[in-house]
Amino acid sequence: MRVPVSWLREFVDAPASITPDELHAALVRVGLEEEGLHTFGLEGPIVVGEVLEFVDEPQSNGKTIRWCQVDVCPGDARGIVCGAHNFFVGDKVVVTLPGAVLPGPFPIAARKTYGHVSDGMIASARELGLGDEHDGILRLAELGLDPEVGADAIALLGLDDWAVEVNVTPDRGYALSIRGIAREYSHATGAEFRDPADASRWSSGASQGDTRIETANAISVILDDRAPIRGHEGCSQFVTRIVRDVDPSRHTPAWMISRLGLAGIRSISLLVDISNYVMVELGQPLHSYDLDTIRGSITVRRAAPGEKLTTLDGQERALDPEDLLITDEEGPIGLAGVMGGERTESTSSTRNVLIEAANFDPITIARSARRHRLPSEASRRFERGVDPAVAVAAASRAVDLLVELAGGTADAAIGRVGTVEDRSPIVLPADYVNAIVGADFTRQEAVDALTAIGAVVTEAADGDLVKPPTWRPDLRDRADLAEEVARIVGYDRIPAVLPTAPPGRGLTREQSLRRSVSTMLASTGATEVMAYPFVSEEQLGLFGERVPAVELSNPMDGAAPYLRTSLLPGLVTVAQRNLSRGLTDLAIFELGVVYLPGAAIVSRDAALPSGTQRPSDAVLEDLEASIPAQPLRVAALFTGDVIRKQPGLAASGASLADALTAAEQVATAVGASLDVRAATSHGLHPGRTAGLYLGDEEVGIAGELVPALAHELDLPRRAAVMEIDLSRLMEHAPRDVSSHPIATLPAATQDVSLVVDASIPAADVLGAVTEGAGALLEHAELVDDYRGPGVDSGMKSLTFALRFRAPDRTLTAAEATEAKLAGVASAAAKWGAFLRE
Amino acid sequence: MSDPTGITEASVAEAKDAALAAIAGASSVGDLKVVRTQHAGEGSPLARLNAELRNVPADLKAASGKLVGQARAQVSAAMQAREEELFAVEEAAQLAAEAVDVTAVPRRWTPGARHPLNLLMEQIGDIFVGMGWEIAEGPELENEWFNFDALNTDADHPARSEQDTFFVEPIGSQLVLRSQTSPVQIRSLLTRELPVYVIAPGKVFRKDELDATHTPVFHQVEGIAIDRGLTMAHLRGTLEHFARLMFGAEAKIRLRPNFFPFTEPSAEMDVWQPNAKGGARWIEWGGCGMVNRNVLRAAGIDPDEYQGFAFGMGIERTLMFRNEELKDMRDMVEGDIRFSQQFGMVV
Repeated sequence: MRVPVSWLREFVDAPASITPDELHAALVRVGLEEEGLHTFGLEGPIVVGEVLEFVDEPQSNGKTIRWCQVDVCPGDARGIVCGAHNFFVGDKVVVTLPGAVLPGPFPIAARKTYGHVSDGMIASARELGLGDEHDGILRLAELGLDPEVGADAIALLGLDDWAVEVNVTPDRGYALSIRGIAREYSHATGAEFRDPADASRWSSGASQGDTRIETANAISVILDDRAPIRGHEGCSQFVTRIVRDVDPSRHTPAWMISRLGLAGIRSISLLVDISNYVMVELGQPLHSYDLDTIRGSITVRRAAPGEKLTTLDGQERALDPEDLLITDEEGPIGLAGVMGGERTESTSSTRNVLIEAANFDPITIARSARRHRLPSEASRRFERGVDPAVAVAAASRAVDLLVELAGGTADAAIGRVGTVEDRSPIVLPADYVNAIVGADFTRQEAVDALTAIGAVVTEAADGDLVKPPTWRPDLRDRADLAEEVARIVGYDRIPAVLPTAPPGRGLTREQSLRRSVSTMLASTGATEVMAYPFVSEEQLGLFGERVPAVELSNPMDGAAPYLRTSLLPGLVTVAQRNLSRGLTDLAIFELGVVYLPGAAIVSRDAALPSGTQRPSDAVLEDLEASIPAQPLRVAALFTGDVIRKQPGLAASGASLADALTAAEQVATAVGASLDVRAATSHGLHPGRTAGLYLGDEEVGIAGELVPALAHELDLPRRAAVMEIDLSRLMEHAPRDVSSHPIATLPAATQDVSLVVDASIPAADVLGAVTEGAGALLEHAELVDDYRGPGVDSGMKSLTFALRFRAPDRTLTAAEATEAKLAGVASAAAKWGAFLRE
Repeated sequence: MSDPTGITEASVAEAKDAALAAIAGASSVGDLKVVRTQHAGEGSPLARLNAELRNVPADLKAASGKLVGQARAQVSAAMQAREEELFAVEEAAQLAAEAVDVTAVPRRWTPGARHPLNLLMEQIGDIFVGMGWEIAEGPELENEWFNFDALNTDADHPARSEQDTFFVEPIGSQLVLRSQTSPVQIRSLLTRELPVYVIAPGKVFRKDELDATHTPVFHQVEGIAIDRGLTMAHLRGTLEHFARLMFGAEAKIRLRPNFFPFTEPSAEMDVWQPNAKGGARWIEWGGCGMVNRNVLRAAGIDPDEYQGFAFGMGIERTLMFRNEELKDMRDMVEGDIRFSQQFGMVV
C-alpha cells in the first residue's frame, strides 16, 4: 500500500515537517513494514510560463521545431525550442528552467539546439511524472488551472508530495486505504484521527441508518445467490447512487492525478479516477456504470454454465458457475469485485452514472480473480475483507466528487439491498492478555488499546466483552485481541525470559550417524553439495532401473517436472557445472532424500480433514499412507584426479576404487560393513560396477560410468559414482559393537599364493581360505593379483598375507602351516585353486 | 729381558703403535672394520702375541700378560672411540643428504568440505539441544493437511495457490512439497508427549525463480515449544539466547507486529547486529508468535491448558548475515566446490 503523505495528513495530525523515515518508523511500530518510498523526483526551478509567441521552423531531418518565447516571470521571456505542437499562444505551460532536474535524473541546462540556445524546456505530463498517456505539452488550462506566471509548478501540481509504501499483511484489509493507515498512524503516535468515512463530512453523505436509504432508487437490485461458497452468500450488501448530467469534457484535477500516481494508480478519465480515488481513500472498491446502458434491474447471481462476459479490457471470458456476476436483463455486466463489463462501463461520453459500492464474499472474489488471472486493486481489497459499514459513505463521497469535479447532479435516493451483520462480542478473560503475552499490561491499557482500534469494550463478570469494529473481520478470538493490545501498547514492553525445557535426549541415533557420514566423506576429501531435486524424463532414466517418480503439476521448469529417484543425476549436473568452470578434479557428495512413490500417484477419494480439530488416528494413518516413501541416500561422484600430481608423488586418477572407498567409509561411519559383489547397472561400466551388500540385501551400487554415457554427459571418460540407501544401512547396521578380548601371544605370519581362474572374484577365494583355515587365522588380506609369465593365460595368482594366532599358546610354524594348508585345500575344493610353485 | 716367545716391550709397542696408527688413519666405519681385522682380528700381531702368552715362562707371565693386555685394551678403546666418531660423521652426512623442502612435501590427501548450510543447521541444532530441546524431522513431500489445514491455513488462503507452492500431479493426490518446516511442528505435537520443545531444520520449497536473493529450494529452521504457562516473554528470551550464540554477545531481538496464520499474536523478529559492515543495524531475521489456538486444537491439545510459541528463520539468510560478503544466493545452491571449500569443516 502506497500512502501519499498529503492525503494521509487530511485524516490524521501528522506534522507538516514529517520525513519519510519518521513516517516509516511510526508505521513499522504497529506492524506496517517498510517497503519503499515514492517521489516525483523533480527539482526546481520548474515554473508556470506563458507562451508569448512562436515560429514553426522545418528542419533538414524532416521535423518541425517550434521556437517559442515564453514568459516565466513577469518581464523575463525565455527562448525555448519545443518539439510538440499541441499548444497555442497565450497558453499557460510548465517550464523547467536551467538547473532543474527531471526524473531520470535529467538535469536541465541551457543548450544549443537547432540553431538556437534553448533556455529551458516546456514540459509534458509524462516528463513531470503525471501520467504516460499524452506526449504533448501539458496545457494547464486542461487541468482547469490559470495560475500566475512564474508560480512554482511543483507545488501547484502537487509534485512535491511523496508516498511511503508499506506491506499490508493479509489479515489487515482495512489498511489498504488511507483511512486505515491514518488510523494506524494515530495508534503509533497518538495523533488525532478524523475518520473519512464519517458521513457528516460529505454533503451528499448518509449514515447507514439514513432515512433516504431505500431498497431501490431508479435501478432496483436483487441479490440472488443460489450457490453460496462454503456457506457464504456472494454479496452481502449492494449500495447504488446515481449522478446525472456529468460533463464529459472535464479533466481530472492535478492534485488527484498526482495523489493517484503516488498511490500507484494511473489516471484514466475523471469518472474512473474518482472511483479509484475513493477506493484508495476509504478502502471500498467502487464501480461506475454508464446508467443509460443498463437494461432493466440488476441481479447479483452466480454464473450459469457456458455463460460469457466481455470485460472492460475487451477480453471475452468463459465464466465458471462459481463466479459471481452483476447482471442486467440482457446478461452479465460485471464479474463481481474483479472487473466490470465492457457493455456498461462508463466512457468519455457517459452523461449519467450509476455508482456501485458493494460487499462481496472474500472467498468468491479470491477464487474468481485467481481463476481468470485478474488480480486487481478491487479484488485485492475484497479478498482481504472490506468494511461493510463504509459502503454508503464511499458511494456518497464519490457522488460529492462527481458533482464537484464533473458537474453532475446527484439523485437524492440511495439504493441499498442486503445487510451489514452485527459482530458478536468476544469474551476476553481478565488475565488472558498478560498470560499469553507475558507482560504487565494494566486493564486500563488493554481497554484503551482496544477502544483505540475501534472496538467496544464492556466489562463482564470475569473479564471484558469486546465487540470488534466492522473493519476488523480478522479479530475472531481472544488471541487476536491479545495481539491488538500488545501491538498498540507496544511489543517492546514484553520482557525476555528463558524457559526451562525438560531434560532432552540429545541427537537421535540417525541424526548422529548422518553427521558422522558427512564428516567422514568431507574429511577424506569429498566436498558436500546440495543439488535441486527436480529432474527431467531423461535424468530419471540415467542410471539403474527406471522406477515410478513423483511429477509436479506446476514445476519451475517444464522440462524437469519430476522429483529425483536417485541422487546421481543431481551430482552429474553439479559436476557438469564445475567442469564448465574449469574445476576438473572433483570428489563431491550429497546426503539427501529421494522420492519413491512405488506406483503411479492417484487422486485421493477422501477430502482433507478439517484443521479445526485433531483427526482420528485412522484418518491420520490414512494421511500418512498417502505420502510416498522418502528414504535418505548418500551418493558421491569422482572424476579427474583424486590426488593431484605433487613433487615426489604421482597423480592418482578417479576410478571405481574411489567409489568403493567412499562406500566403505560410509559403512564405517555408521558401524556397518559392506560386502562387494560384481554387478551390472544401466549407465555403469559392465566390468567396473559393484553391488554393495549388507548381508544379503543390496543397499547400494558403485561403479564407473560407461564411457559412452560419460561422453554424452560431457564428463571425462573416467568418472566413478556410488549411491547407498543410508536409511536402510542405518536401520540394519549393528546397534552394539561386538568386541573380543585381544590375544597377546606371538603371531605366526605366512603368505600364500594361489592360482585360480581369472574370472573368480578374489573375495570368494579369500572367503574359502578363511573358512578352511579355521579359528587360528586371525587376519587375512589380499596383497597381490598377478597375471603374466609363470601363470597360465586365463588364470591369475592371488597372494594373501595370513596372520595366525592362538589365544592360549605360542603357535609353532608347523601349526600355522597346517592351518594355511587347510585354507588352501578349501579354496582348491571350492574354486579349483592351487598353490603357485 | 729375554723371552723365547718374542713378547717384548718393543714388539708389543710396535704392534700397538701400528694398530693405533691404522685406527687413526681409518676414514670411514668401513675402513675401520678392515683395520679391526688387520690389527685386532685373528692373526693380527697383537692376537699372535696374545696367543704366545701361554708359552711364556711362569716367572714372566704376569709382566708379559700385563704388557699385552694393556696394549690390546688401548687398541680396543681407540677402535671404539674412532668408530663412534666416524659413525657420527657419517650419520650427520646421511641426515644432511635426506633433508627435504618441508614446504614442498606432497600430501596423500585432498581436503574436502561440508556444505555451510548443513553445518549451520547442525550448529543451530546443537544450540537448542544444549537447552534440552530435541531435533524433529518430517517428510519434504507432504500431505496438504500437514502443510496447510493443520496450520490454520484455510483452503482459500493465497499461500495455497500454484504461484507459491509446488503441487503434485494429480492435484487430487493432496501432495505438496512442503512450503515451510511448520508441518514438522504439527507432527511433533501429534506424536510427542507434552511438554514439547523441538527445533526442526530442513529443506523447503517455494515457487520462486532462482536469483541473487531467491531460490525455489531453501532451508529453514523452526522451533516450537508447548508447555503450561509459556508466553511471548519466553519467546523473546529464547530468541535472544539464540541470537547471542549466533551473532555474538551483543546481539538482541526486536519484535514487530506481523501476521502468520499459525501464530497469534504474531511478530516479525529483527536481530541487532552490532558488527554489521557499514554500521550496527536491525536486520529482519524471521517470523514468530504464540501458536494459534486452532493449531493446538488440530493437534488435539486443549488451548486453555497448554500454550506456547513458535519461530522460524531462513538458514540462507542467517548465513548471509554472518558472512556479509555472501551476496548471491546462487552460490549456495549451484554446488560450485569452491563455495563449500571456503568453509571447509567450519561455518
